[in-house]
Amino acid sequence: MAHGPATLADGWGKYISRWVFTTNHKDIGTLYLWFSFAMFIMGGAFAMIIRAELFQPGMQLIKPEFFNQMTTMHGLVMVFGAIMPAFVGLANWMIPMMIGAPDMALPRMNNLSFWILPFAFAILTATLFMEGGGPNFGWTFYAPLSTTYAPDTVNYFIFGVHIMGASSIMGSINIIATVMNMRAPGMTYMKMPMFVWTWVITAFLLVAVMPVLAGAVTMMLMDINFGTSFFDAAGGGDPVLFQHIFWFFGHPEVYIIILPAFGVVSHIIPTFSRKPLFGYSSMVYATAAIAFLSFVVWAHHMFTVGMPIAGELYFMYATMLIAVPTGVKVFNWITTMYRGSLTYETPMLFSIAFVILFTFGGFTGMMLSIAAADMQYHDTYFVVAHFHYVMVAGAVFSGTAAVYYWLPKWCGKMYDETMGKVQFWIAFIGFNITFMPQHFLGLAGMPRRYADYGLQFADWNMVSSIGAFMYGGAQILFLFNVIRTIGWGKPTNDPKVWEGAQGLEWTLPTPAPYHTFATPPKIK
Amino acid sequence: MSARPNNRSLLVKLTGLAVAMFMFAIFVLPPLYDLFCEITGIGGKTDGAYTAVAVEVDRSRDIEVQFVATNNATMPWDFYPIEERVMVHPGESRAVVFYAHNRTGQDMLGQAIPNVLPNNAADYFHKTECFCFNNQPLAAGESAELELVFIVDPDLPASVNTVTLSYTMFDITDRAVAQVSQVQ
Repeated sequence: MAHGPATLADGWGKYISRWVFTTNHKDIGTLYLWFSFAMFIMGGAFAMIIRAELFQPGMQLIKPEFFNQMTTMHGLVMVFGAIMPAFVGLANWMIPMMIGAPDMALPRMNNLSFWILPFAFAILTATLFMEGGGPNFGWTFYAPLSTTYAPDTVNYFIFGVHIMGASSIMGSINIIATVMNMRAPGMTYMKMPMFVWTWVITAFLLVAVMPVLAGAVTMMLMDINFGTSFFDAAGGGDPVLFQHIFWFFGHPEVYIIILPAFGVVSHIIPTFSRKPLFGYSSMVYATAAIAFLSFVVWAHHMFTVGMPIAGELYFMYATMLIAVPTGVKVFNWITTMYRGSLTYETPMLFSIAFVILFTFGGFTGMMLSIAAADMQYHDTYFVVAHFHYVMVAGAVFSGTAAVYYWLPKWCGKMYDETMGKVQFWIAFIGFNITFMPQHFLGLAGMPRRYADYGLQFADWNMVSSIGAFMYGGAQILFLFNVIRTIGWGKPTNDPKVWEGAQGLEWTLPTPAPYHTFATPPKIK
Repeated sequence: MSARPNNRSLLVKLTGLAVAMFMFAIFVLPPLYDLFCEITGIGGKTDGAYTAVAVEVDRSRDIEVQFVATNNATMPWDFYPIEERVMVHPGESRAVVFYAHNRTGQDMLGQAIPNVLPNNAADYFHKTECFCFNNQPLAAGESAELELVFIVDPDLPASVNTVTLSYTMFDITDRAVAQVSQVQ
């Protein structure tokens, strides 16, 4: 006998308990998605403060110390609070429905892995209101800036990172266990949808590198409080060791962020091209190749530390090699669209923008991978522009596309297409106005992470700030559109929602019932 | 639910992997890094005290050894080499002196950290005596001449004609006080 979830009609107590104690993958997915959106708004607010201060040269609104806290918190909140939980939320919602499983493999751990996350970010955000201020050493928290010279609140930061790491590891273990053990009969690995594939590979990356991050912050903790000298030259340690350990985590981390985005786009483009994904197996192998290569290229983030030429050459060529599997993916998406019956609904618009802008970001990445040239680009706005092209136009655009694509399936109501398209164009134009000029600023020599800049950078900074406010406004419209859809959207009962949609999740009724696939479907 | 035992064993294995990676980061990566730097000489770290062995002095080669002394961050001492450069033959033992003066009104403890460039010279620069083997206590207003005795190994790669030895002086007064108070 299937029982429904508690609703507001059952009273607040029951309704709150439902969400706190839930082990339902759809509920937990929803929690993750709302949490990540809240963090996205908060991280976005930090970005607005940064861009408002940089609107004009000189110091107008905030103090440089606070500016440093804003850049640090913006990075940390967006990476660990917005993008990663958003994709974990999508995984929770979609993976069981895509592989024909009744729920996630480890539902109680699923609950735990979500509910420790708000505490991690409460601790992290609370440091902003403490004496000495929040973390101000950049999201990469290089030692000794984050040890010897850090504010006292760094211990809260370390604790927060430990908790969010534990959350990610538990979430990943759950996803791996679900995919390995809970697939419907007949669903072989090479029949799994692309989103499931990319997430399994991502989950392995997470289990492998989040503990390394935990190790890095633990060593910081010991250097700060227990008199060890892992990163302290005065005691025989080496600050460069920190950078190696950080980027051994950090480089796989960027693929952790982008691989699930690849998966999402690999669903949306075939749907609106009304053609199956071109080169499915090459997509799988390319994803695995990218994940493998991500472990052996980390030092391209630190060409300027003083590496022997052999090291620079190795990391340069290994980095360039990643362009090969990435290129395979991009060409497969383009080939999927080639001669398809394309329509341009909002998810498709975001996905096409993803392919174009992610490729831009990939090309600037190729420029940065050239060791000799990187000496000039290092720590300038060129780097900032590069990683926002891959993180925002990559991960965030794809996350937005995913929400528009699956929202009708989740809540049984259609979003407002016009509003979605308006949001897309504001976001697309705003994004490019924000970050395209930052390439020019970086090439002209403007360093990142400063609250002020020389007069020669004034014009493009103003343009960039105007674009940032536009892009920020688009997110408010997004939030409004989602709330409007859930509350007052046009109801739909079409299981497929989209004419060209393929996959198990579209065989389920719309809206997706609370419990699905209690008996596994047969895959031919 | 037949899947449950599988889930449990996967959970254990994957948690084991996570714990192993954590241990790897803390207990394996730092020593591995030190080992890598020692083999390649990349970090510029010099070895500890060297016991001189009888070697023939190679009078056909002249090696210029340069000395650099830097204060780290907030270190207020005067700290510099008396001679900024000396010429030596490989295999020859040579003594040089650094000058340090504590200008403050407090007793302080310094620690000099050496670094050798070029990287491929680090393994061939031996110190038989060095003030850097211990920390350097200087009372308020006190000054000291810090001695270093070194030998450039005759096996120094032929491409190297100049070796730069750099010292960075760190203020470890607070750290030492903390350690003393921990003992008490």
